[in-house]
Amino acid sequence: MKEKKGGINSNTILLLITIGLFVVLYAGGCIAYGYKGFTHLQTFLNILITNAGLICVSCGLTLVMLTAGIDISVGALVALDCMMLAVGMRSGIGAVPMMLLVLVVGVAFGCLQGFLIGYLQIQPFIVSMAGMFFCRGMTAVISTEQVSITEAISKTFYDLANMKIIIPFGGYANKKGMIMQPYIRITVVIALLVLVLIFLMLRYTRFGRSLYAVGGNATSAAMMGLNVKSIKMRVHVLCSVLTSIGGICYCLNTMAGSVSQATGLEMDAISSAVIGGTLLTGGVGNVFGTFFGVLINGTISSIVKTNGKLASSWPNILTAILLFVFIVIQSIFAAVRKRGK
Amino acid sequence: MKKKSVFSRLSSSNLLLPIISLILVMAVNIIFDIASGNNPFSFFMITLQNTTSNGMVLYGRIIDILNRGSEAAILAIGMTLVVSSSAGTDISVGSVMSLCASFCCMLLAGYGVSSTTDLAVPLFVGILGGILIGVLCGAFNGTLVAVFQIQPMVATLILYSAARAIGLLLCNDLIVYVRNSSYAFFGGFLGPIPTPILITALCVLVMSLVLRRTALGMYIQSVGINRRASRISGLNSTKIIFLTYVLCGMFAGIAGIVNSSRITSADSNNIGLYLEMDAILAVALGGNSLGGGRFNLAGSIIGAYTIQAITTTLYALGVSTTQAPVFKAIIVILIVSIQSEPVKAYMKKRKAIKAA
Amino acid sequence: MEENVVLTARGISMTFPGVKALEDVDFTLRRGEIHALMGENGAGKSTLIKCLTGINDFEAGEIHIEGVNGPVKNHSTREAQNVGISTVYQEVNLCPKAENLFIGREPMTKFHTIDRKSYNKRSQKIMDELGISVDVTQNLENYSLAIQQMVAIARAVDMDCKVLILDEPTSSLDDEEVEKLFVLMRRLRDQGVGIIFVTHFLEQVYAVCDRITVLRDGHFVGEYPIADLPRVKLVAAMMGKDLNDLEEIQKESIDVRNAPVEISAKGLSHSGTVKPFDLDIHKGEVVGIAGLLGSGRSELARSIYGADKANTGTLEVDGKEVKINQPIDAMNLGMGMLPDDRKAEGIIADLSVRENIILALQARKGMFKLLSRAKQEEIADEMIRTLQVKTPTRETLIKQLSGGNQQKVILGRWLATNPDFLILDEPTRGIDVGTKAEIQKLILKLAGEGKSILFISSEISEMLRTCSRMAIMRDGEKVGELDHDLTQENVMKAIAGGEQEA
Repeated sequence: MKEKKGGINSNTILLLITIGLFVVLYAGGCIAYGYKGFTHLQTFLNILITNAGLICVSCGLTLVMLTAGIDISVGALVALDCMMLAVGMRSGIGAVPMMLLVLVVGVAFGCLQGFLIGYLQIQPFIVSMAGMFFCRGMTAVISTEQVSITEAISKTFYDLANMKIIIPFGGYANKKGMIMQPYIRITVVIALLVLVLIFLMLRYTRFGRSLYAVGGNATSAAMMGLNVKSIKMRVHVLCSVLTSIGGICYCLNTMAGSVSQATGLEMDAISSAVIGGTLLTGGVGNVFGTFFGVLINGTISSIVKTNGKLASSWPNILTAILLFVFIVIQSIFAAVRKRGK
Repeated sequence: MKKKSVFSRLSSSNLLLPIISLILVMAVNIIFDIASGNNPFSFFMITLQNTTSNGMVLYGRIIDILNRGSEAAILAIGMTLVVSSSAGTDISVGSVMSLCASFCCMLLAGYGVSSTTDLAVPLFVGILGGILIGVLCGAFNGTLVAVFQIQPMVATLILYSAARAIGLLLCNDLIVYVRNSSYAFFGGFLGPIPTPILITALCVLVMSLVLRRTALGMYIQSVGINRRASRISGLNSTKIIFLTYVLCGMFAGIAGIVNSSRITSADSNNIGLYLEMDAILAVALGGNSLGGGRFNLAGSIIGAYTIQAITTTLYALGVSTTQAPVFKAIIVILIVSIQSEPVKAYMKKRKAIKAA
Repeated sequence: MEENVVLTARGISMTFPGVKALEDVDFTLRRGEIHALMGENGAGKSTLIKCLTGINDFEAGEIHIEGVNGPVKNHSTREAQNVGISTVYQEVNLCPKAENLFIGREPMTKFHTIDRKSYNKRSQKIMDELGISVDVTQNLENYSLAIQQMVAIARAVDMDCKVLILDEPTSSLDDEEVEKLFVLMRRLRDQGVGIIFVTHFLEQVYAVCDRITVLRDGHFVGEYPIADLPRVKLVAAMMGKDLNDLEEIQKESIDVRNAPVEISAKGLSHSGTVKPFDLDIHKGEVVGIAGLLGSGRSELARSIYGADKANTGTLEVDGKEVKINQPIDAMNLGMGMLPDDRKAEGIIADLSVRENIILALQARKGMFKLLSRAKQEEIADEMIRTLQVKTPTRETLIKQLSGGNQQKVILGRWLATNPDFLILDEPTRGIDVGTKAEIQKLILKLAGEGKSILFISSEISEMLRTCSRMAIMRDGEKVGELDHDLTQENVMKAIAGGEQEA
């Protein structure tokens, strides 16, 4: 009888591939564009800043995907959040109440989607497709124009968005000889906090563990005494809340609300999760991997941007190629595992 | 056997849902027309009008719906087959449409040319090239789904994000204009009738002939209903699923060319945007289960036009393009909720209680 | 309650739509015993277990459990767990790591988070106590199925269970793994747990069990201490034949031994399900495969047909070596197979009777040579007539027919292809007596027309009536052939194997 002890399983290998890929990509960027400042710590921090919202959204989506579900409404929900924030604050409501309202909307929206998916057993794809239509449409109902958030509209929000959190190391002198201290924005703090909290939740709470059980095999999870319907509903609520937090981060970055905002964000989030080793069939994955998935996507964009000459469509194509490679690797691993049994 | 009444035949048929929806939409139109003091049947009126560019052409709200709904209807043909055979959806069709249009325009205009009135290659080369790209995309999706057994949604996600971008690359990041009347024909008029309507009719006709004259329809449904039993009975399910994705890609190519011909350009960012959703919705609205199995092509086509009718009606009611999705979403959720198992079971229970 | 009894079920009855699944079934489990629950497919074993674990809602009868006052009726697995009934199903739920032990009831710290330290410590302790060599911090998928199975048992045991139900835990384990599992089972028995063991493997029953309860067709046949029920009697009890009451069925024997060999398999095998076997089938011969469910009888047929591609060996059809990769290859060589699982592999539920009948013929003809509608209707009508399928119209969906008629339609599907060699895997299961006789007659008629038939059935009498030769399967291995003295007793003895009755 084979009893491998300390053996590395296929999921760990996938995660290692992901991390390795990120390192290679980033190192490649540093070598190729070192003269353009790619090696500076700030370049890396900028990736984090740009993708803070995406990190939150991807965390939520990873949770849903763990239960073998999907939510393609997240991009539209982010747009709705941004528009609510922009229009709400423009009409004189404070930044804090508006942010709370956005979270409440996230809960309500998640409850609705979760109910339809968990209790009415409608396919997640269809429900969230309708959710996507709904959110995009509601965004347009609120306003069809681009609403910018200026200092005059909300001082609190503006200050929050422009708050620099200086990192005390890794500074460098710019051309004029001034020392530039690397910094991050509040959004990065939020995103990393979400990441750590979700990571801990997956590892240390009953709910977190039950997500794996439901995604692995819903029937046997039910036989082990888990309430699958309720778990599915709750995970969608959590996903929508995380998406709303992501929406706030996104808004802090863009300082505007518009109908066409965050289009395709859901696919970025899904591909980040898949590249990070989350299986769409459920039961396997971790937000840690997803984080690296986001970083890989961000690095690709950053490299393309730094190059300056490459067409804007390259990040999409490269991400798709990566996605393809990872999906095929996953399916090969799955086939091998099946044969092994 | 006794002939059943029309009503009982209809209610047992799976065309019930799309037809009811269509009738509802028409009713809303009539009420709206009465309320706004128009002719109550202006919805159905078709007139011949003289236009400067196209001469005498048919005009009317119905014609408009048929015309604008063409792309969704063409996509719905392929989507129906994909859903039936693999119990999954091809979400890449919108993107693939865009890629096919870009490739076609790139061929016609030549690489790097942003606007042309003269064709660089014969028209049919461009058109065939565009459709061929669609077929290739379909083959790519089909390989992933049928051979690698990857969930359809995930497999098609790759082209969903890449196809549009590749199209943009082919056009050198430009919007390529092919200002040539022979190219504009596919989005224009043949005599008094809008060409897209004719192209759609042709696609539907050919596909239904294929389904009628070959065993393809039975094979697809059989594989979709019970893949294992079909295998034991001698069907090669891998081949059949692959084929449906290839067909779906081909129809996406045709739809892409129609759409690009309308605007005589390849606007990569906008062609086919969200159309995959319309196509999927058309299939669901047509009374087809998204869980695969038995399909009804006519239902999907009616579904596609119903969606267009809803959209057109909403516009007529003064709802903006960007707001219309809210209503679409509500309609979708209502339809699928009614069809969901728990709701059905609940209704049955209530009926039983009432009867007792 | 009797001394030492942990669980009693009295007069349990339960119906599924149209089928009486259990009727007045009794079951008693004592502390510290391993109790085999035996019966052929459809006997009601799993239904009874599901009644105990709260998955099924039984209609009549009472279940009593030690330590609980009054009758117990569970409504979910969780409720069953609370009264001390734990179940390990065939399919182990793979949560990563040994967390399977605690899912849903993890030890918590005061901060309402899972207490990982005590968690791992406790898991390890439980594993060590039960003698399961496993590192709880490792991913479970790295371990063999047997270990996964044991972890699942450990999980069940740790929930202070009094009753442990093992539903076919050994079906995918090899001999060595089975032995390890038995060690664990005996250890638990000695700790006083009552174990209900469901299996198809007779050897295992005699290796580990103390007592046997036999069910048949939803009825309670009897409860026996293991010593009082030798194998042959057990097989007889399960199959419903009394050995003292042997009816001698003399089939008019057609000598086919001189007929040419139609199908010849040499060393054919499918890894994990059927060990290499040789089998010759002559033209016009009906060969039976006798064996209990799970003995590899279906798998043998499937490896010939290509439903499960054979891993080793060669197959000759009409003396020519052939390569069969998938069913269509076999069909093109003139084979047909009626699979045992009608729902999963036979009917295309949402297609009409007509479509179901012509499916295989159409598949052989190819996609582009569609049978004309008139031709389809003609074939369908002919099959409906000759097989006497009771269906309102030929356009009725097959799922609306009764099981027996569905089976006839599938049979019609194969007759329409006019095969030379037909595999019939349990063609009469779940079918009324009249239809059974019809199908048996049909089999003889087809053989008379020169077709070769491989016939698999749980009912030995049925095979005795039709077969001229029988291959005996036991535990995935073809252990012999009987071609003379085909009697119920001989076949049963051959199936049971091991110790023979004196």
